[in-house]
Formats: sequence, structure tokens, C-alpha cells
Amino acid sequence: MAVSERTTGTPQPIGFSRSTWGRVALVLRWIALLIAVVLFLIPFYLILRNALATEQDITAPDWTLFPSHLQWSNISELFNDTTVPMARAMYNSAVVAILGTGGQLLLASMAGYGLARIPYRHADKIFYAIVATLMIPGAVTFIPSFIVVSSFGWVSSLRGLIIPTLFSGFAAFLFRQYFLGFPRELEEAARVDGAGYFGVFWRIVVPNSLPFFAALAAITFIGNWNSFLWPLVIGQDSSSWTIQVAMSTFITAQTINIHELFMAVAVSILPLVLIFAFLQRYLIQGVTQSGIKD
Amino acid sequence: MSAPATKTSADPAVSGERRGSRRRRRKTIAGTTLWFWVFVGPFVVGLLVFSYLPIIWSLVLSFFEAYNTATPSKFVGLRNYVDMLTDHNFLSSLGTFTIFAVFIVPLTFVLALALALLVNQVKIARAFFRSVFFLPTACSYVVASLIWKLSIFNGVRFGLANTVLGWFGIDNIAWLSTVDPPWYWIPLVTVRLWLQLGFYMILFIAGLQRISPTLYEAAYVDGAKPGWQVFRYITLPQLRATSVAVLILNLIAAYQAFDEFYNLVGNVNYARPPLVYLYGISLGSIQDLGHGSAGALILAVIIMLVTLLQNRIFGFGKAGD
Repeated sequence: MAVSERTTGTPQPIGFSRSTWGRVALVLRWIALLIAVVLFLIPFYLILRNALATEQDITAPDWTLFPSHLQWSNISELFNDTTVPMARAMYNSAVVAILGTGGQLLLASMAGYGLARIPYRHADKIFYAIVATLMIPGAVTFIPSFIVVSSFGWVSSLRGLIIPTLFSGFAAFLFRQYFLGFPRELEEAARVDGAGYFGVFWRIVVPNSLPFFAALAAITFIGNWNSFLWPLVIGQDSSSWTIQVAMSTFITAQTINIHELFMAVAVSILPLVLIFAFLQRYLIQGVTQSGIKD
Repeated sequence: MSAPATKTSADPAVSGERRGSRRRRRKTIAGTTLWFWVFVGPFVVGLLVFSYLPIIWSLVLSFFEAYNTATPSKFVGLRNYVDMLTDHNFLSSLGTFTIFAVFIVPLTFVLALALALLVNQVKIARAFFRSVFFLPTACSYVVASLIWKLSIFNGVRFGLANTVLGWFGIDNIAWLSTVDPPWYWIPLVTVRLWLQLGFYMILFIAGLQRISPTLYEAAYVDGAKPGWQVFRYITLPQLRATSVAVLILNLIAAYQAFDEFYNLVGNVNYARPPLVYLYGISLGSIQDLGHGSAGALILAVIIMLVTLLQNRIFGFGKAGD
């Protein structure tokens, strides 16, 4: 009976059978799945509902499923509100996420390639020194890093937000492992044509590794855009707030309307939803290759 | 992972392969060492300045009095460490996090695995279901905390949780400020579940898809009952490597909880993880970087010890990944 199920070739972790019990189990699984879907989508529904509502809609004693009149003007209200530096915060976040991601990938990929392919007597020691930093729990370093960055005078500056985050030992490690498995034949061919390490890396290795770069870029970009603790530590002046710090400040400050805040949320997740829509393949690759997010 | 075989290295041992390639390259490329530093140097310099220097500086500072300054002035020996280890607030924050970890780690593990199993066996619209559960990963803790605090668990009549309870005639609950019973754990735990279940689900799905279908066929031939038996004796053992990775990542993440606590309840004594407390003393109104450094190093050591212990218990690396 159940053999026909197997012919699809997909593994069945919980096997199917056509018995009554099998059918009940199937229905129960579908119910569980659909309940989970609804629960997971509720917060997104709330973002849309509140972002496009008036304050009266939100605070009404009876729940309105969706505002009767969609307030698209909330967008202009948010960006014209002079008490809330949202446009500036959005700009800061974009700069931090783009430069942070680009810089981190550039530094880590070159370091990873050097460690994987360029012979040097002390390469092993340097590799161990990089791997050793992975032992240190990331979040605990915010006080030590703050001590150094503040003595550079980088508090409340984009430099302070970006530069200390560029040197990811984990990214360098992943790139080294990846480049160790890169087909040598491709590199040798270019070398015969007279290219040096630099030429081989930029003209052969990078263009042939774009999916790997895309996977790490997607994860790093999301991590940078959503990062909170370091921007909170560094952004002590509202001109250097990222979007996360700005939203966090207004959760408690009570100086902003709820619908404005939810519009800020909607705008802030838009870039990431686009990444999810178009780069999900790379994102999932990145997650499974690295097992990291934060 | 398998490096393509070259003439000089039939044996995949790294050192042998390196030696062989070095001999070959020396003839063709001048200034190899220089090129090594061109590629690796910028990264190493940055790592020294932004990883090693902070830790050394912080270690030094932890033996000094340092109020509102990052320059060590008055040597106090181990006093900062003694202060932190006898500080009731710091100890209770370690306790808070332990309770949090006890809740969140098993819950995340079981629910992420359940979602992975559900999604993996769906035959229609599997990509849709996977995307729905994975999508919250795009949201930050700030975004999720904002939705949780202002729209779901805001404690007043127009909050979603209280609205739903109201349909059943239950009074409003002030979710985030009720200590007895400790309702605040519900928003704190659910917000993290919503944000990270999809991430761990993806890891489990990848693990499930690596299991060979022939194992299930063999189990069927051997008469294993589909359902619990197959899950218990085939699926779960095959997921061992993934499970260990999920547990370790999850526990480390729980130890470093900051964002949702900071945004949902703030610096309150009943639900304060260690990082929020350390943030308060080192970057609050008085910047006490001496005690802050000592506390950060204590916490770092605890996390490393727990990770090592967990590796030992689960025998990390025994099952091939």
C-alpha cells in the first residue's frame, strides 16, 4: 500500500499509510501547519494594518480587521515629522549595511584566499589566530570594543558604526574553506597566461564564486541592517542613529504616534523583504553553509 | 570540501599539498610573501585592532578603577571581579538568563524540528510554507519587540492578545509588567520563537534532505511502523549532527539575549539578562568600565565553559556532518 508513496523518491520522515489512522494524522498535520502559518503571519498583518490606519482605528475598543480608509499619507507624515529623524536614520542604516557588507566581504574573501592559496611560512599561525577569535562570544565584546572605539573618538560617527564590524573571523574562515575547494585547474590556466595572484583572484576566482559571495552577502546585509546592540552603544547622538536605534528610542519615548511608528517598521523591513523575495535561494544556502545569522 | 587532486598531492593532507604547490609557485610568481600580506594583511591588522586590542585593553581595565574613562588610573587588583561575583543584581541576571535558556532552548528545538518535518512532507506549495516560516528572520528584534509591545501584548484593551482573551470574557492582562504570575515571559519567549524558529527550521530541513531515502526503504522492508518508530530510529539519529549544531547555536544565542529584553521590559530587576545589566553599568549614567570589563570577561568565560561542556556531552563532531 504505502509502497506507491515511496516511488516519488522524496523521503517521508513520518510515513504515510492509507489506514484510517493515517488519514486522521494527515488531516491533523495539515491543521497544525495552517495554524502555524496564521500565527507566523499575524505580526506582518499587524504591521500593515497599523501602518495604514489612523490613531483612532488603532486605539478603538473594538478590533477593526483592517482600516476602512487606508492612510497612505502616513508615509509622508513619517518623513516630514521633524521631531523624528527617520529619513536620517534610514540613510545611516543604508550606509552601514552597504559599506559594512561590501567591506566585510572584500576583507574576508582576500584574507581567505591568501590563507588558502598563497604559500607563506607562518600562514598556519595566522589562521589559528583568526580561528581563536571565534571562541569569543560576539555580544560580550561590546564593552571592550567601546573602550577602544571611544578612545579613537569614533563615538556617534559612521566610522565607529562600520569599521569595527568589518573584520569577521568567521567570514574569513568560511572563505578559506571555500577557496580550498575551488578548482585549481582554472587558476593554473590563468597563471599560464601570465596572471599573478591579484589577477587570478579578481578575474578568475571571484567571477566564478558569485553564488558563494551572494549567499554570504545576503546574510551579512540582513545582520548589519538589523544589528542593534553596537549601533545603540555607538549612536549616542540622534544624528548617528540607525533605523533600529531610532525605532527602539520611540517605543518608549511616547513622542510619536503608533501609526507613524508602524509605518517606520514597514519601511524598515522593505529592503529585507525584497532580498527575501529575490535572493531567498542564496539566503538559504548561506544559512545552511554557515549556520549563522547574528 | 574535497580539494581537486593535483599531481603533487595524491594525499589530501594539507601540509603535503602546500609544500608541493609552494615549490611550483616559487618559479612562477615573484614576491610570494609580499602577496600573502597584500591579501591577508589588511584583515589581520583590523583583527588586531578591533578584536585583540579590545580584549587585552579590557582585561587590563578590569584590574583598575575606571569611571567615565577608558584610561586605567587606580589599580585595584581583583576587586572588580570580587564585586561582580558578589553583586546580587549580576548574579540574579545570570539566574534570569538560566531560566530563559531552560525555556527557550528546548522549545526552539522541538518546534523548529516539528516545523521542518511538517514542511518537508508537504507535497504542494512547499516553497510557500518554507518562506512563511523563514520570513520573520528578515525582521529585527527591534521590529518584533515593537509589534509585540505596542500591538499584541500592550496590556490595554486594544491589544491583540487582550482582544482575543476578551472574546472569552477574560479581563485585560498587563503582560509586560505583571510579575506574579510572571506573564512577561510569554511575550519574551514568543518574540524570540517567532524570530528564530524559521532559521533553525532551515537547518533541520537541510539535515532531513541529507538523509538517504534508502534508509526509509530499508526500515519499511524491515517492518518498521511509519510514524513514531521510523522517526525515533531513523530520522532522529540521522539528524544528530544538525541537532547538536542547533542546540549549541541556540544556547549561545540565549546567553547573549539583549535586544528584546532591552526593548520589551528595559532595565528591570525581574527580567534582566546579563548583557542588559552590563550595558547599564558600563554605558549608563556612570560609565563604570572597570566593573563592566570584569563582568564581560566573567560572562565570556561562562559562555565558553558551557559551550565546551555541551560539546563534550553531545560529542560534537562524532557524527559526520
